[in-house]
Amino acid sequence: MSNHTTKSRLQSSASSTRRFSVVDLFKGWRRFIAARLTAFAVRCYGLLSLLVLTGCEPGILPANGVIGKGDTTILIDSLAIMLAIVVPTIVATLAFAWWFRSSNSSARRRPDLIYSGQIEMVTWSIPLMTIMLLGGVAWIGSHQLDPAQPLPSNEAPLKVQVVSLDWKWLFIYPDHNIATVNHLVIPAGAPVHFTLTSSSVMNAFFIPKLGSMIYTMNRMATQLYLNADQPGTFLGMSSHFSGDGFATMGFKVEALPKDGFSAWVEETRKGAATTLTSQTYQDLAKQSMNVAPFAYSAVEPDLFDKVVKQSLPPGPGPVVETSPGASKRGKK
Amino acid sequence: MLGKLSWAAIPLDQPIPLLAGCLAFGIVGGIAVYVVLKGWAPYLWREWITSVDHKHIGVMYVFLAMVMLLRGFTDAIMMRSQQALAFQAPGYLPPEHYDQIFSAHGTLMILFVAMPFMIGLINIVVPLQLGVRDVAFPTLNSVSFWLTATGALLINLSLVIGEFAHTGWLPYPPLSEFAYSPGVGVDYYLWSLQISGVGTLLTGVNFVTTILKIRAPGMTYMRMPIFCWTALGSSLLIVAAFPILTATLAMLLLDRYFGFHFFTNEAGGNPMMFMNLIWAWGHPEVYILILPAFGVFSEVVSTFSGKPLFGYRSMVAATMAICILAFMVWLHHFFTMGAGADVNAFFGVATMIIAVPTGVKVFNWLFTMYGGRITYPPPMMWAIGFIVTFVIGGMTGVLLAVPPADFVLHNSLFLVAHFHNVVIGGVLFGAFAGYTFWFPKAFGFRLREDLGIAAFWCWFVGFYLAFMPLYVLGFMGMTRRMQHYDVPAWHPWLLVAAAGVVVILAGIGLQIAQLVVSVRHREQLRDTTGDPWNGRSLEWSTSSPPPAFNFAALPRIEEDDAYWQTKQRALRQHVLADEPAYTDIELPRNSATGFVSAFFASFLGFALIWHIWWLAALSFLGAFVTFVAFAWRDRTEYRVSAEEVARIDRENRRARRAALAHLGAAE
Repeated sequence: MSNHTTKSRLQSSASSTRRFSVVDLFKGWRRFIAARLTAFAVRCYGLLSLLVLTGCEPGILPANGVIGKGDTTILIDSLAIMLAIVVPTIVATLAFAWWFRSSNSSARRRPDLIYSGQIEMVTWSIPLMTIMLLGGVAWIGSHQLDPAQPLPSNEAPLKVQVVSLDWKWLFIYPDHNIATVNHLVIPAGAPVHFTLTSSSVMNAFFIPKLGSMIYTMNRMATQLYLNADQPGTFLGMSSHFSGDGFATMGFKVEALPKDGFSAWVEETRKGAATTLTSQTYQDLAKQSMNVAPFAYSAVEPDLFDKVVKQSLPPGPGPVVETSPGASKRGKK
Repeated sequence: MLGKLSWAAIPLDQPIPLLAGCLAFGIVGGIAVYVVLKGWAPYLWREWITSVDHKHIGVMYVFLAMVMLLRGFTDAIMMRSQQALAFQAPGYLPPEHYDQIFSAHGTLMILFVAMPFMIGLINIVVPLQLGVRDVAFPTLNSVSFWLTATGALLINLSLVIGEFAHTGWLPYPPLSEFAYSPGVGVDYYLWSLQISGVGTLLTGVNFVTTILKIRAPGMTYMRMPIFCWTALGSSLLIVAAFPILTATLAMLLLDRYFGFHFFTNEAGGNPMMFMNLIWAWGHPEVYILILPAFGVFSEVVSTFSGKPLFGYRSMVAATMAICILAFMVWLHHFFTMGAGADVNAFFGVATMIIAVPTGVKVFNWLFTMYGGRITYPPPMMWAIGFIVTFVIGGMTGVLLAVPPADFVLHNSLFLVAHFHNVVIGGVLFGAFAGYTFWFPKAFGFRLREDLGIAAFWCWFVGFYLAFMPLYVLGFMGMTRRMQHYDVPAWHPWLLVAAAGVVVILAGIGLQIAQLVVSVRHREQLRDTTGDPWNGRSLEWSTSSPPPAFNFAALPRIEEDDAYWQTKQRALRQHVLADEPAYTDIELPRNSATGFVSAFFASFLGFALIWHIWWLAALSFLGAFVTFVAFAWRDRTEYRVSAEEVARIDRENRRARRAALAHLGAAE
């Protein structure tokens, strides 16, 4: 895959959302429904349990968004290149094993075939050439799809600051001064710039449908650019084991049409008047599982930076135990 | 007095580990009592526990590996059944228990199944193939084994006293730091690995020395059987990589015990350093495991194709290339840490380059089969099953080495499927091929082939059933280590995977049946000549089981495939080579050093885990005194008289002469 085609595909998919077409009529209808649904969802946060994730699209295929499509295209291309060698090798193995069985009287035995310069030449060349081709794909791919590289787009990316906590996700929208827990809402079609850190242990931020994952680590900020081409509801998760509550770190990702997103932002701002401050953050950072999604209508400025710079202390971990075997029990 | 240890450490409210632990210790205790009552204890002490004979140590290594395989497989059954049940439900294992199971499963399977299995085979076979009487440091070899056993003991002890790590088989900080894992689980992990790691390092030193310095006259490097080369590669990797592990775990121990800050969140600690260091050991570690398996397959494919190995020099070059490249790829385990495009691309391409020598090996096995006269006893079945399975595992590995592909597959069940594909399809199939291939050599009778082939098919089919669904689940976005999940699409695939585990269970049952039935019918299955497979290398030139001194007279090697050429000459001339001039042979005396020092090491580890400092000091002193006592010994060897050597060797020569006459009559 050449540099040029990727670039052009990136651009075409980014610009496709601004061209008017018949599809937009449907989109308008879907936007209306989506906005209503979102409004409903915002009001019902308390009722939404993790079961809601059931309706999210989980897999990496078919991908949504340029990064997801880029990743999976390279994945499938590489697989195809290798299958071209692997399938014949398996077939040859089985064929040789069958044909040269001791009971086959028509097989020509060559007990002295122990070295052949020509064959050796071929056996070294085939894997070498395959790897040269594939190495090129990997080299170009890892540069084009570097997670920290901004997506080519005319509009400024939406900034989202992500903090992995024990055991839930905090999403801060610095431009809109709101925050959510275990619920990520993004505008479809626009690039999103995630800056990520962790309050305590390592996690990985992963939305399979949208592509690349990235680690979250305490005292560090990692960068990730993603987008969703089409509106939809996706499964998000932690994909790096982080302790006993790990399996409950799934979160719901909603890619809304642009005005749906704006409506959601307004709803959230007007919603329950809770502010994410240093104090509430430290309460939130305590270990808990199965946290139902909720939102903060306001966020203390620079909270994310305080977490990264450790002006706010790292998540406290388990309550210090009195008996050594206790971590095996207790903690529910 | 007892540090952190109290009655609360025993999980009385958790029936599963408690019952399993009681059952395991009951069985072990029952066997011990039975052995004592039968009066076998002195024999066991003399011939096995204190033995410094490489063959006996090797057998004990393999035995340890098989017992631990049962434990690790039990964990596997629990994980698969948990995930089959835990769809929108909590299942039957709470997270704090499930997390310990997958951590223990990985630790046990890599370090206490795959490692001892391979080291056991190396122990049994390499000195025989080199045509020598023992390894360079026989007593050290015994120490190595017993320290490995100590590690295994401590991990299993965590089942009933305290807990095991909740952190995964590599305890990434900060999760494994005291702040987030205050229990003793991580300490069990760390001390088990520190103690067994010393044993493994000593094994590496031992075999590097043996292969480089002690070979039969005329056994030049380029005449060594390929298994010796792969054992050399593996041992070199051990010597280079295990100190990294020891140092890394020591730093984590300092963090946990003395509040250091190597890998903590605060005070300048850097968890990313742990990941780099642990994988600088961890990646070579997988080549430590797979190289000997490659060696086994080379021997097996060549023997059962009735041909020398195709492209021997290429195989040697490929083995040594893998050795070096193994150290240059560790970063592919964390492409998703955000290192940047150049770094990721470099390590991605470096990883792929390893596929070149590996691919060459596969093609060379193919051309060894080409033009051969192939027979299919169980070792060869494992070899064919390996080639087919391993190329798939290799392909998915290279796929994960492409950074953008890894960005969506990292830590997913695709990854889990990949490494089981290479570890089961490569290492474990290799271990089983080696086990069935060299069993007659070690014990003097063959294993039943029908049951062996049935076991192979169960494993083969069970493997595909259990792990192909995991590849699919990886594409469906399922990450590893999920105690429960809510996505309906994942559920059917996990049910299929659970069914696969049941088929593998049948395979293990058949392997146990094979062993039991073969032992009972050992007289019919007796290998009288010492060469049951029409073998090619020197281990087949001595009796089965070999005498303590291996060879009555050290073989003199004048060509490749040493034993094969001697055998062809004997077949042409219808006479055995002349009887050698027998002389007295000096052999190392048995020593309890290994067992006693491991005994103290077990207490040392236990005391350190539970902060029982007086016991730690006492057991350390005990281990040191054991070492001093050994160092001051006066008599190190005993003598086997020339008459005894002649008597033993003539018995084997009689059987071989009979076999030769039989062949001659058949012509």
